[in-house]
Amino acid sequence: MSFQLFTKRLALAAAGFGLTPLFASAAEAAATVNKGDTTWMLIATCMVVLMTIPGLALFYGGLVRAKNVLSVLMQVLTVFSVVSILWVIYGYSVAFSGNASAALNPFFGGLGKLMLAGVTPASEIGTFSKETNIPELAFVIFQMTFACITPALIIGAFAERMKFSAVLLFMVLWFTFAYLPMAHMVWFWAGPDAYTLSADNLPLISSLVGADKAKQLLDALAAATTDDAKAAVLGEYGSLVNAANGYLFNLGALDFAGGTVVHINAGVAGLVCALFLGKRVGYGRDPITPHNLTFVLAGVGLLLFGWYGFNAGSSLEANGLTALIILNSTLAAAAAALAWTGGEWIFRGHPSLLGGASGAVAGLVAITPACGFVGPGAAILIGIAAGFICLWAVVVLKAKLGYDDALDVFGVHGIGGILGALLTGVFVNPALGGTGVTDYLAAGTSVATAAYSFSGQMYAQIMAVIVAIVWTAAVSVIALMICKAVTGLRVREQEEREGLDLVDHGERAYN
Amino acid sequence: MKFIIAVIKPFKLEEVREALGAIGIQGITVTEVRGHGRQRGHTEFYRGAEYTVSFVPKVKLELAVDEHMADKVIEAIQTTGQTGQIGDGKIFVLPLEQAVRIRTGESGTAAL
Repeated sequence: MSFQLFTKRLALAAAGFGLTPLFASAAEAAATVNKGDTTWMLIATCMVVLMTIPGLALFYGGLVRAKNVLSVLMQVLTVFSVVSILWVIYGYSVAFSGNASAALNPFFGGLGKLMLAGVTPASEIGTFSKETNIPELAFVIFQMTFACITPALIIGAFAERMKFSAVLLFMVLWFTFAYLPMAHMVWFWAGPDAYTLSADNLPLISSLVGADKAKQLLDALAAATTDDAKAAVLGEYGSLVNAANGYLFNLGALDFAGGTVVHINAGVAGLVCALFLGKRVGYGRDPITPHNLTFVLAGVGLLLFGWYGFNAGSSLEANGLTALIILNSTLAAAAAALAWTGGEWIFRGHPSLLGGASGAVAGLVAITPACGFVGPGAAILIGIAAGFICLWAVVVLKAKLGYDDALDVFGVHGIGGILGALLTGVFVNPALGGTGVTDYLAAGTSVATAAYSFSGQMYAQIMAVIVAIVWTAAVSVIALMICKAVTGLRVREQEEREGLDLVDHGERAYN
Repeated sequence: MKFIIAVIKPFKLEEVREALGAIGIQGITVTEVRGHGRQRGHTEFYRGAEYTVSFVPKVKLELAVDEHMADKVIEAIQTTGQTGQIGDGKIFVLPLEQAVRIRTGESGTAAL
């Protein structure tokens, strides 16, 4: 993901410092917006909205008992509504703008884009190719849909027992202090064009490191005669640009579409919620069965369709890589659906629809961080691994640890996300059919594939997983303690028996 | 008059109804019910959770018949409702004190 509106920032700087407008337009001529990329981003955004409403809502709604289906649908709808508004007010700014404080910048963005200040229909932002931009507003809305679905995923963990008021308060706190920093840490970077150290790119370079430093670096590059000397200048420039990036991005952690930011983040928060709230009344004694598995498959179908927007939209462009991502996503979902049902067939005697649907979601979760970095063969292997391991997590691990994660947010999103993050580090290797990691740092607009190092890449992936787990767990615990003090967490036992539809919302789904 | 209650397998309902029609039974009440006898339900799996469903879906028939029809009705249900497998159900026969046709006020066997 990329996002710094350099040309925009430059135009503002030019206005502020009295530079000539010509100076700014020179940079704008370099990077162009094309309607193909823009169209794809707008469509992908709409597809991700469909993932949440009604995709996730139906998936979760079908899995709960008939007396709680509306509460789940209502929670998904309301979280979507609240977060989309918070996203515009401060979310985008905190996730995707630079922070003036060098100490905070690796973790939190600044407040410079509150209410999307300075973002107009003419604003642009970089993609993953040099000299290729998309409208910044397209990026704002695409990322908004990610911010909306991620907290909504957590609903599955505390379904059927948490108070509606507590759900809303928790979501606002979690979105602000867990989602936004994770998005900033993983995805906030200067963009591909920032790594071009060339006189043609002077305006952008100056905006990043200052005019004097820019001139000094360009002079040093011109004076360098050996490759080593050039590399040293480029390296110095690269580290100056990196200073503005998110913490995990700079570690080299790869997360194409949100394995850490979305799935580990939400999955671990779900586990904390399940542990903190305790089990549903009658858990393990009364039959607590999905009330409509037809809804579940309809929801998974919409999730799959929307996931193409989610994963393939994350390339920010419409090209061959985008097609590869759709292929990888399909293969992983299919392989995981087969692996999960195959596992059930072998160990339990029946291949179930719920197993197939859960497997498809697990495969999509696991391929999310990997989708733009691996080849189709790796996508199948990642899917198979996700199907078996997530099945193990929800059947064996959950039973052993004894928590009531109602709809298996941790087992599917947490475990699947961790698995995907780690396997991304393995299969990005070009020797295994992966794309390798692009090195944008160059004196021209050329890019190279960085040498693959298993230990180096796995270190970055493992660090990203650990940071995500610790950060989201800590924020979740604190947010739940605040909710407990302010609103209380659970409905009363008698109300839980009656069902949240009547108690919280005063209506029934089926009359 | 006799009141006959039979609990049978749901997929046997049409066969039983045809057999009862063939011996001249005109009125029958059918209810979808759940329960168990010696057949102890089945097991369902939902991800990690395993539930034993003790109550099996059945169909309950209720008929009010004249004394002389009772044995024929019992025989018809017993033969057509049978699969030979556990869970075929039961037939209960009770004495019936009175029957009234609401439309006309007729009572006794005339109301059947």
